[in-house]
Amino acid sequence: MDIATFIAQELGREPQFVQVAWASIEQSLARGDFTIGMSGLEDRPALHERFAVSLPYYEFREVLAVRAADSARVHSLADLRGRRVATLSATMAWEMLLAAKAAHGVVPVSYDDDVHPYSDLVSGRVDAVLLDHVLAERSLRRIGGFVIQPAPLARGHYVAVLAAGNEALRDSVNTTLRARMRDGSLERVFRSWKVWDADQAQFQQRMLRDSSSAGDTTISATATSASATQRAPGGPTTVTESSSMRTYLPALLRAAGITLALSILAMTLAIVVGIGVAAGRVYGARPVRALLTLYVEVIRGTPVLLQLFVLYYGLSDVVRLPAFAAAVIGLGLNYAAYESEIYRAALQAIPALQLEAARTLGLSEFQILRLVRGPQALRLALAPMTNDFVALLKDSSLVSVITVVELTKQTAIYATNVGSWAIPGALCALVYLAMSLPLSHMARRLEQRWTLS
Amino acid sequence: MDAVMSGDASIRTMAVVGTSGTLRVRALHAVRGDQAILCGLDLDVAAGELCAVMGVSGAGKTTVLRVVAALQPFSAGTVEVGGVALAPGAVPPESQLRALRRRVGVVFQSHALFEHLTALENVILAPVHALGRSRADATDAAMQLLESLGVAARAQAYPRQLSGGEAQRVAIARALAPDPQLLLMDEPTSALDPARRAALGDALRALALQGRGLLIVTHDAEFARAYADRVVVLSHGTIAEQGPAREVLTHPTHDATRELLT
Repeated sequence: MDIATFIAQELGREPQFVQVAWASIEQSLARGDFTIGMSGLEDRPALHERFAVSLPYYEFREVLAVRAADSARVHSLADLRGRRVATLSATMAWEMLLAAKAAHGVVPVSYDDDVHPYSDLVSGRVDAVLLDHVLAERSLRRIGGFVIQPAPLARGHYVAVLAAGNEALRDSVNTTLRARMRDGSLERVFRSWKVWDADQAQFQQRMLRDSSSAGDTTISATATSASATQRAPGGPTTVTESSSMRTYLPALLRAAGITLALSILAMTLAIVVGIGVAAGRVYGARPVRALLTLYVEVIRGTPVLLQLFVLYYGLSDVVRLPAFAAAVIGLGLNYAAYESEIYRAALQAIPALQLEAARTLGLSEFQILRLVRGPQALRLALAPMTNDFVALLKDSSLVSVITVVELTKQTAIYATNVGSWAIPGALCALVYLAMSLPLSHMARRLEQRWTLS
Repeated sequence: MDAVMSGDASIRTMAVVGTSGTLRVRALHAVRGDQAILCGLDLDVAAGELCAVMGVSGAGKTTVLRVVAALQPFSAGTVEVGGVALAPGAVPPESQLRALRRRVGVVFQSHALFEHLTALENVILAPVHALGRSRADATDAAMQLLESLGVAARAQAYPRQLSGGEAQRVAIARALAPDPQLLLMDEPTSALDPARRAALGDALRALALQGRGLLIVTHDAEFARAYADRVVVLSHGTIAEQGPAREVLTHPTHDATRELLT
């Protein structure tokens, strides 16, 4: 922000800060939400194809954080076969983890923020975190309890981005950056943030030396090729639209499988718990009814996002659920509240006379529920249940906040990497429709058969 | 099947109160809110007897039926079916009503067949699940029942596919499947054309011949005169007049009965 401020002053403009999600900075810039985007934005070749990119203003190192007990053993991704390694999604580190998954069998875990990877490292949910040294050192100061391995696994650069066609403004930004490197004010800013070190001094000297001998574009290109070659071997390089399809389609289908499995498991849980809650609210004693009503109202009255956070992070001192299990339980218990209301209404819609007829036949109350009331209620509940399952299929995208990479999250990663939502969005929509349409169709037919027979 | 078919068809002509009783009701009181519905009713149905309960709307006919079927509480008096007594007060839980349920079959006015089951499945539900008979035995017995009522061909039909007359006969088969001593029917002729009424009357006579007691609630004086052994006319929760059906309905002595015949 300090850097942004003095760039703006230099340009004679008043800075206006626009808050956007970090992973969306590029998309927002493309939309024209703001003119200059900067905040730990990593330089990479794809960026130069779509935007006017400034000089690198900071050099970061991708470093590995591990628990103290592992510090002697784990020095690289190759030492983490079969272990869970966390990072931010849609970053250079994420790409490195995907490459290491293929090469060394590590298990990448994606986060949307830079705090929880480290708290989950300390609590044992993940075995290592790969992020830049700025974030790693900040988390070490804040929460501690882990060790940062000194040897960097890769180097990269932070840049500012401007819309393509805005090269003139970009050049002014570069001039400002160079001037502030030269007069040491950039160093002062970095020092005030405690992110200045010998590496930065060398990096700035290199920048200033290069710029005195060549033009801006050359410098950008040099910096770019530098950061690209410094990546982990095997890491993905430039992605074109057609090759990206081939690269991402299997990943999308895998993510669709996760979405489907997650939805089916969560719905199963929702149905079982929902039936129990509905039966309890219809047949139970007063305290049971009150308790179940409270459950239903609390669940329906609070956001599912909050429930997922509480379940995954809030309860992690009591019970440390794996992310997928937390997702199934969170969505399942949430939908159980809605399902129970459907079942309760359906049970109460069965005419009293049907129940009296069943009683006169000598059936027990439980047999009446199982043989007469339940089956008839199920027919009434089928249509709303199908709607709920389709809704659950879509709501399952929320679980990316607790590190599960499902279809929407995978699509977002894909879109960030190719720099466009057009193809990823369409593919993702197709996959969702392929899952939900047959289901609606099947439910309609079943319903028809039951009402016509 | 065990020996629930008590009594002897020959005694039906006697229709004497208090002997060989299938149903015995004494001093029955029932209230709805603070309104008295039944005020000290005595009522008997002998084995093999077809008894019709008549009366204008609000006289308490349906309440009698529901009290005997243990679907509604009563405040005082006794109700006894084949030696099983119901006590005044709230209707007990089903687990305490098994013996009574075994002895009393009910056919509701709207039939109340289970919509999600076929005719046959409706009939075998109680034998299989309440009495623990095997599905094969229950199916054989149910098919015989449906056959005797002339609806065997509709065994695989769902209730919504049945005509009113067919649905009623399936409902009778369902009520008879556990082999009850007493069959209760609410307004059995309300939805039947004349030919169907005659067929129903014959079917009910045949059931009485088997030794069952039948208690039907009806507005249909013509039907009662033709097929009932005895008529009980209710008025304001008590018996206004009772006696052999033909006699009572041909020479009424009470205004309540005359009202029914106009």
